[in-house]
Amino acid sequence: MEHLKKDYSHIKGWGIDADPQNDPTYPMKPHRTDAEQSGYSWERPTQQPVDVEILHSIERPNISAVFGTASPPSGLSGVIRRFAFKYSENSYLHWLPLILADRVNVVEGIIDDMKHGHVPNIFEEKGYKAEWKHDKVGLLTKFAVAAALVAGVVVLLSKKNEDDYDEDDD
Amino acid sequence: MLAMDYRGPKRVRVSQKPMPEIKHPEDAIVRVTRSCICGSDLHLYNGNVPDTRVGTTFGHEFIGVVEEIGSEVTKLKVGDHVLVPFNIACGRCHFCKQGLFGNCHESNPMATAVGGIFGYSHTAGGFHGGQAEYVRVPYANVGPTVIPEGMDPDDAVLLTDVVPTGYQAAEMGGIQPGDTVVVFGAGPVGIMAAKCSWLFGAGRVIVIDHVDYRLEFVRNYAQCEAYNFREMEDPVVFIKKTTDWMGADVVIDAVGAEAAGNTMQTITGRKTLMQAGSATALHWAINSVKKGGIVSIVGVYGPTDNLVPIGNVLNKGLTIRANQASVKRLLPRLIEHVQNGILNPKALITHRIPLEEVADGYRLFSAKLDNCIKPVLIPPSARM
Ligand SMILES: [Zn+2]
Ligand SMILES: [Zn+2]
Repeated sequence: MEHLKKDYSHIKGWGIDADPQNDPTYPMKPHRTDAEQSGYSWERPTQQPVDVEILHSIERPNISAVFGTASPPSGLSGVIRRFAFKYSENSYLHWLPLILADRVNVVEGIIDDMKHGHVPNIFEEKGYKAEWKHDKVGLLTKFAVAAALVAGVVVLLSKKNEDDYDEDDD
Repeated sequence: MLAMDYRGPKRVRVSQKPMPEIKHPEDAIVRVTRSCICGSDLHLYNGNVPDTRVGTTFGHEFIGVVEEIGSEVTKLKVGDHVLVPFNIACGRCHFCKQGLFGNCHESNPMATAVGGIFGYSHTAGGFHGGQAEYVRVPYANVGPTVIPEGMDPDDAVLLTDVVPTGYQAAEMGGIQPGDTVVVFGAGPVGIMAAKCSWLFGAGRVIVIDHVDYRLEFVRNYAQCEAYNFREMEDPVVFIKKTTDWMGADVVIDAVGAEAAGNTMQTITGRKTLMQAGSATALHWAINSVKKGGIVSIVGVYGPTDNLVPIGNVLNKGLTIRANQASVKRLLPRLIEHVQNGILNPKALITHRIPLEEVADGYRLFSAKLDNCIKPVLIPPSARM
């Protein structure tokens, strides 16, 4: 522990939470009673009334006492989601259809917007205003690349290999 | 009311939505005064989290004023200004009783691996989040904590996720006095993990990232060493070299599935979704930690397979610890640290953005524009 001879006083709170017992740390299993070994032994909270369609994991026997009701399954994406929830969280047949359903759902969202007489402002929704303000070159490059793609130029392949392209390429 | 509205990958807007309602006797309705955009929101934003349905509102980091309470809410009253932990926890299930508030079994019917989280897809319970004017808060007797007198709301909002997650990352590392700790990722959580590593007595803290302004920030904020992996041939070799060829005692992965830095991982994980995001940071963590060391993961990974060097986990006898932070368990200690000036969370906030400009906020944060570290959204109803 040669290095501990260093002075850490410039770092506020150095070692304040050091605990030799914290190895490998929290949580330790508490001593449990026999009752606590067997399944859903806790006193369950009041059940939230199920007034929208809730898809629940087949890895649990019930619906949790509370749940969100943000976007109940609907349309074609809903059909796919219902299929996905026939399979466990351990299965590709659960996750891959859900990802597919998400993509279908995006198209449904645009159709829904149109039906309500709302043409989505893609430029604004993608936050390009901020990008234009702070990174004009990046945004123009992005549009140039997109234009080139539409023109059928194979710029894409060389770009795709670059990690630097990061999370913000569309 | 106004609320963020997810329309598809990288497309969000602010829409008029119906006011949230009490759906359960332990619910509260909270009028949001601050909400943050989080690095893990970007996984949703990019369309990488399964069952992210169009029309949902994101936002798991928020504070606000209690507007209405359900018939069984006893611990809060209308008018309280509360900080709301990102995990939705019942407080009485098998897991909550162990203090594992991030693993509650009574808040998410859609999956068993993860508990309920505000605004975090239907895989995390299908709850609307706090990037809105109002939000429904279930189990209001358990999670929400009244913001102590005199605490800056900007500090409080970071106590809902960033501070406890960074702190728990360090805690899960089982750091012993003098240990060398490496943190992958200089986002807000990585910054906080580096800072908190000192509290557990670390002897050396090293942060690795690829964005220079973030490295500069963490160097100043967490008084640590910080290096750009783009400037090194191989970050694993770099860490071995700088630790007398032994490896770090503890490595914290504060990146998750959006990692840059490895072409194969980017193609299989982020472009073609053959695995659930790229596991670059996790590979680096496993490979750069000392034998017998501890890897602590708080970066978010998707639910399907990751191509992870699990063989090396065995060969090296590693302990891997990972979890969503149990915010509620850590709050008392962290509030103390903030009040005593040991931690200064609000220094992370670089941008204040009106809720109406949420799309620009997401773009700014995800594209790392304008030296953004942490953006906070202010709803119109909180600006009056
Ligand atoms: Zn967060
Ligand atoms: Zn619980």
